[in-house]
Amino acid sequence: MALPSYTETRYRVWHYIYIAICTFVFFFLIAPLFVIFPLSFNAEEFLVFSDGMKRLDPDAFSFRWYHEMIYGTKNPWGLAAKNSFIIAIFATIGSIILGTLAALGLSSRHMPYKGLIMAILISPMIVPLIISGVAIFFFMAKAGLAATHTGIVLAHIILGTPFVVITVTATLSGFDHSVTRAASSLGSNPVNTFMKITLPLILPGVISGGLFAFVTSFDEVVVVLFLAGLENTTIPIQMWTGLREQLSPTILAVATCLIILSTLILISAELLRRRSERLRGINR
Amino acid sequence: MSSETKQILTTDGIPLEVSLKKAEKKNKIKAFLLVAPLLLFLFITYVFPIGEMFTRSVDDKMITNMLPKTFKAMEKWDGKELPPEDVFTGFYLDYKVLIENQTQGKLGQRLNKEKNGFNSITKKLMRQIKRNKIDESQSIKEQIMKVHKRWRDVEYWQAIKRTAPPYTMAKYLKGMDMYFAADGSIAQVDEDRRIHRILWLRTLEIALFVTVFCFLMGYPIAHLLATLPMKYSNLLMICVLLPFWTSLLVRTASWMILLQQQGVVNDFFVMIGLVGDDNRPEMMYNKVGTYVAMTQILLPFMVLPLYSVMKTISPSLMRAGKSLGGTPFVAFWKVYFPLTIPGIGAGCLLVFILAIGYYITPALVGGASGTLISNQIAYHMKTTLDWSFASAMGLMLLSGVLVIYWIYNKLVGVDNIKLG
Repeated sequence: MALPSYTETRYRVWHYIYIAICTFVFFFLIAPLFVIFPLSFNAEEFLVFSDGMKRLDPDAFSFRWYHEMIYGTKNPWGLAAKNSFIIAIFATIGSIILGTLAALGLSSRHMPYKGLIMAILISPMIVPLIISGVAIFFFMAKAGLAATHTGIVLAHIILGTPFVVITVTATLSGFDHSVTRAASSLGSNPVNTFMKITLPLILPGVISGGLFAFVTSFDEVVVVLFLAGLENTTIPIQMWTGLREQLSPTILAVATCLIILSTLILISAELLRRRSERLRGINR
Repeated sequence: MSSETKQILTTDGIPLEVSLKKAEKKNKIKAFLLVAPLLLFLFITYVFPIGEMFTRSVDDKMITNMLPKTFKAMEKWDGKELPPEDVFTGFYLDYKVLIENQTQGKLGQRLNKEKNGFNSITKKLMRQIKRNKIDESQSIKEQIMKVHKRWRDVEYWQAIKRTAPPYTMAKYLKGMDMYFAADGSIAQVDEDRRIHRILWLRTLEIALFVTVFCFLMGYPIAHLLATLPMKYSNLLMICVLLPFWTSLLVRTASWMILLQQQGVVNDFFVMIGLVGDDNRPEMMYNKVGTYVAMTQILLPFMVLPLYSVMKTISPSLMRAGKSLGGTPFVAFWKVYFPLTIPGIGAGCLLVFILAIGYYITPALVGGASGTLISNQIAYHMKTTLDWSFASAMGLMLLSGVLVIYWIYNKLVGVDNIKLG
């Protein structure tokens, strides 16, 4: 962003203001995440930087809250983490299967009422979560699935499929259909064609949609609050209760782990996106 | 020559046109079958339950089923003066059945909502019936009227008549701080009790301002990301994508730490001398907290659509504008800005839709003055258990969102939503 030497002073000034604004916004976006790291190593029980921490006194830091998170008596995090992972994994599998099939159908040029159907399939992403929560709760209560893992998994499939539909249709928009025709003309049946030709090509889209579905489920709290019983507690529910009732540094230890997890997911999503663009021949 | 002889036939002798139509139909069915499982699943678990919210919100059958004979007799009553004998008899018989089933309390509560004072007079009547004080061989009207003077007041009978239809819009009116007055007209709740209107306006205000803040902050950085060379912009993109992928609760937690009275932001203000150490401003549990946290959380949803539009704008357009004599400002305003309008529309609508239904963040950092309509819905779902009212408010919110969604669909197209 170096300025050419002939730039007038006022544009030069404006340019630096612009850079300053951008720096501030980037700082605003990313800095809040970093306040969690140091505080999660706080040796004391308060959620503020102690004087010792400000002096970088090594005694002011400890792994106390991580220890508490893993070995603490009566602590809910173990069960919550187990539930969260089980629910998120099944919800992701369900979303991927239903979403990919639907995306394949939607990408066909023969699909009738494409716009309307797409709008319905995407709606769980647009409708405010509280309304989805109320509606899904009514259904699950009637179906006898409230306070069960199955109920929560189904609810998360509803919320996760729009992401899979969007990413897979996007991948399919650059898809060269002559390769599937070539496979068929060489005697392959449709299932075989899908497994050997289509799926490997759209896999990056499928996986990145799956990542979205996983994160949606893993982070979902509004609907789960309606559906979950004591047995089905998840990490977000525990964080929600913790943040409402007593803010303990254990929450920050959990939050740090979640940030690390989201960093890993971000990296995989980025790698997938690049791979997908390479596969589809989009070069920049 | 007639056109028929020109018709091209396939090898089986069927006209090509027919054969093609058949194949197309087959493809259509095939495509639809792929979508069908998800569509069916969504209809059963999601679309119908939302529809059910509507029936629940207008449902008023409970009382219709409780007083069948009363309402039958009331059909002939004009509602101006005290009802005739058969209405009283009908009510007496219905009420006796309710007492036998021990559900008379529900009737009293329901009628009390319609008009204050019903609870005590229905209880009084119940005691009379239980003691067998009512002689069925004599005029029941006279005997009921003797139980309490309110039974002689025509307004109470009018209130019962109003509950006759099995459906009511009362919950929707309540959501807008209105109610059905004694004569059946729509009236406003007293000014100091209009809590819902405040909430709707506040929700709208917060959603609007958050959208504006997101736009003001998102536009410059989207522009920077789109114009920087790839290797720098990829690095900076992490600043946008990491919060995007991070748990909402984690981000809310970090704002709670930052904004508390002994928090980092206040420490900073004290350090630079903006405020004194002993009067640190309250930045959480009010609107400020809601604004700050929601803006940061929703900012990526503004930046990503803007970025994807700006990425497609060729830098040579700005150069052309400048070379034709425009100052950089003019070139930006006349050339670049109009080209980014689709991105602005997409980003603003997305942020607005998300902000208007926000629940978690306002509940945690909003306090009393930062709560939104969603919090009220959750409150009625969980605390007061008035599910029909929660449904009604949910549907009012939903209809607003659907209008915006429809506009979004027209302007941007849902299939153009880009993620990451």
